[in-house]
Amino acid sequence: MSSDQPAGQNGSEQKKAESNHIQTSISKKDEAIIPEFEGDLINKIVSRFGDKIVQVIYIRPGRSKILVPPNEILQVASFVRDTLGFDHAESVSGTDYPKDNQIEVIYHLGSYSVDKLASQVLALSTRTDRNDSRLPTLINIFKSAEYHERETFEMLGVYFEGHPRNERFLLPEDWADIPPLRKEFRIKGR
Amino acid sequence: MDNLEQKFNETIKMGLEIVKETQEDRLMTLSVGPQHPGSGHFRFTIKVDGDYIVFCDPDPGYVHRGEEKMSEYRNFIQNIPHLERPIIHDSTNITYSYSLAVEELANIQVPLRGQYIRALASELNRQVYTLYWLAIYGIFLGHSTMFMWPMGDRELFIDLLEALTGARVTHAFNIPGGVRNDIPEGFKDRCLRQVAYFEKRLVEYEDIFYNNPLFRQRTEGVGILTKEDAVKLGVTGSVLRASGIPFDVRKAEPYDIYSEIDFKVQYMKTGDSYARSMVPFLDMKESCQIIRELLDKMPKSGEVRTKLQPNPKGPPGESYKRVESGRGALGYYIVSDGTPKPYRVKISVGSFRNMLALPFLLIGSKLADMPSIYWSLNYWPVEADR
Repeated sequence: MSSDQPAGQNGSEQKKAESNHIQTSISKKDEAIIPEFEGDLINKIVSRFGDKIVQVIYIRPGRSKILVPPNEILQVASFVRDTLGFDHAESVSGTDYPKDNQIEVIYHLGSYSVDKLASQVLALSTRTDRNDSRLPTLINIFKSAEYHERETFEMLGVYFEGHPRNERFLLPEDWADIPPLRKEFRIKGR
Repeated sequence: MDNLEQKFNETIKMGLEIVKETQEDRLMTLSVGPQHPGSGHFRFTIKVDGDYIVFCDPDPGYVHRGEEKMSEYRNFIQNIPHLERPIIHDSTNITYSYSLAVEELANIQVPLRGQYIRALASELNRQVYTLYWLAIYGIFLGHSTMFMWPMGDRELFIDLLEALTGARVTHAFNIPGGVRNDIPEGFKDRCLRQVAYFEKRLVEYEDIFYNNPLFRQRTEGVGILTKEDAVKLGVTGSVLRASGIPFDVRKAEPYDIYSEIDFKVQYMKTGDSYARSMVPFLDMKESCQIIRELLDKMPKSGEVRTKLQPNPKGPPGESYKRVESGRGALGYYIVSDGTPKPYRVKISVGSFRNMLALPFLLIGSKLADMPSIYWSLNYWPVEADR
């Protein structure tokens, strides 16, 4: 596999293949056993929205990841907060996949108010077009995502519709280059 | 006479104009930092109306080094020394969760003795960081003794870590698969002796600082963060625990051998600056117990690290691992494409998450309370900028 190409990112079939691959790769045990609690949790989301909207990428002990289309992310996020009890975003990050012409934005959600969910992190991810990267903001559902989304905007150029400040945050004010965490940005001399 | 009357009228006019001043005219904009010694490498703009802060806008980024981008150019082992730069005073903890994440990606097991030494170094390093933070908190509330004492006692733990790792501050001690080296001879006795001395000192800290009426007046009831707001803002670490939520990653999701260690999560319910400064202090007390327990339960001999291949790599995949650092949960999200270099590294640090509470708490409070609120947030600008 070349260094720029992560595992299959084209189309849902390959994504499913990727998810299986990740599961088997981490530990042989995970292959057969999907942890009960995490499995139930994801099942609730899938049965509410259907497996056409919610794609399960992996379910591991304490960590689960789902992929939803951008136009459904607000509904899924509201459901995850109000019904399941994930109440804050620990991290929001973006990953650039130039080969697929896509940018993936991942919300790592945790819970303080539900004791059972303390060890759980739910990765809610969505993908947007690389050339016109726009996503609805989640700050009305998870206030804690505010600065993380602003950072994602300046580092990857994802415009969050409805976010009050899609502005510079960590980079210098006179920064006049492409967003640095996109893959075509190279550190000088390397 | 006419001339006088004209002047009188003019004065009234001027007077009326002064009365007509707008809200905007009354506000004064203050820029705190980055050259202000009390802010660290961080700037925030505040607007004050008389004594009260009505606007606050944090402006981080003065020490942004692009750690996440740099990580994509180096392999998993080469990344360790530069990833600890954001928080050199807590360098063991910031490489801890990195190592955990890489171990999950590459399916590396850590020997039991290695896990104990890791946890021990992590606890010692948390003490170093908390003492440094306490010293700064003390001096910015005008308490010079509380600057000198923690700075001096911090050397105890720095000496221990120097004996353990070979470096005073930037240890690069945790590596995927374990720790770099075994504990030296006579370390256990020395560690126990110094921890016992430090516990006596903590009592004195309480007497001179935490029970000081002046300190209590400046912090009690100041900058109250309620439980609901703490959850909403997603704060972490001592800021969260001061608001009545006993969440500690060591307890919530034990990593390595923390599931076998018996300790209590320290928390308070008031949510004011006093609670936020007291929780790290209680953590230090608890940490002394943890250090003793770790030294007691540690296997007498055995491997401390798993031998790795020259360029460790795993199959494509991703992992998110977090540990409890001096400033709360510290998470690494690493995406691997199967090569020895990470495809994407995201560091989710406590300081960056707690920054959201700064404008929330400052707006509506007095300007004089600004230092006690700002430093109680356990904010480390270099870590937040990464």
